[in-house]
Amino acid sequence: MWMYEKKLQYPVRVSKNDIGMAKYLMAQYGGPDSELSAGVRYLTQRYSMPTNMAKGLLTDIGTEEMAHWEIIATMIYKLVKGVPAMQLREAGLGAHFAEHDHAVYPGDAAGVPWTAAYIQATGDPIADLHEDLAAEQKARATYERLIQLTDDPGIKDTLRFLREREVVHFQRFGETLNDVQACLDSKKFY
Amino acid sequence: MDERLTLLREIQELEFAMVDLILFLDTHPQDRAALRDYAAVRDKHMVVIKRYEEIYGPLSFCSTTPVKCPWQWLEGPWPWEIEYA
Repeated sequence: MWMYEKKLQYPVRVSKNDIGMAKYLMAQYGGPDSELSAGVRYLTQRYSMPTNMAKGLLTDIGTEEMAHWEIIATMIYKLVKGVPAMQLREAGLGAHFAEHDHAVYPGDAAGVPWTAAYIQATGDPIADLHEDLAAEQKARATYERLIQLTDDPGIKDTLRFLREREVVHFQRFGETLNDVQACLDSKKFY
Repeated sequence: MDERLTLLREIQELEFAMVDLILFLDTHPQDRAALRDYAAVRDKHMVVIKRYEEIYGPLSFCSTTPVKCPWQWLEGPWPWEIEYA
């Protein structure tokens, strides 16, 4: 099961409204390499993992991704809070306002709704862990681009924290891949 | 709000240390130094959580502080509404 903890994993400081930045942050909220994709991907793949290490790690990282998803949502929520419709329209969120008002709807930076087609669960632990390693690198690269798109020190700080977590997750997935590989090698006969 | 945020910040720091340590322990389950660190942070975390919840209400439904009327869980601000200094 899961249990909600009534707090963010990391503080979100936003100094002023920035509609454009809210739009770009949707990449990490409902895009292909988003925190949502990461969470659903890992929490889905864990059922076909052969080792306790892989089951545990996918559960724990998948859970942390949901906390990151909440952090991104909070940034978007604060960045567009109280902004009138016409200003949203001028900054490129007119279509978003028409369909979702100020709701934090999971779509990508271009407004394309999130889809499970962004993730894979092949039932093959080696293939899945390689996808996870790639996903962490793609998310790291996205964070580096997002950091370049803002001059708000609070947003930059939180994005740097999230970027660093992708690096740690990549490291742990690599260690787990080695463990799964060793486990499978010891069992296989051709 | 300042004292609340200071205490919340302390909880966030301790929980972050735990999150990072559990991922490390997932792939290094025999690492005694990391196991000791995890146990130490967890003990400290329990103390700070209790202090926070006694003043500001439960952070989860497993809170060990006395139940108050009305249902304190609903009290704001919610995590996404907090204005950090």
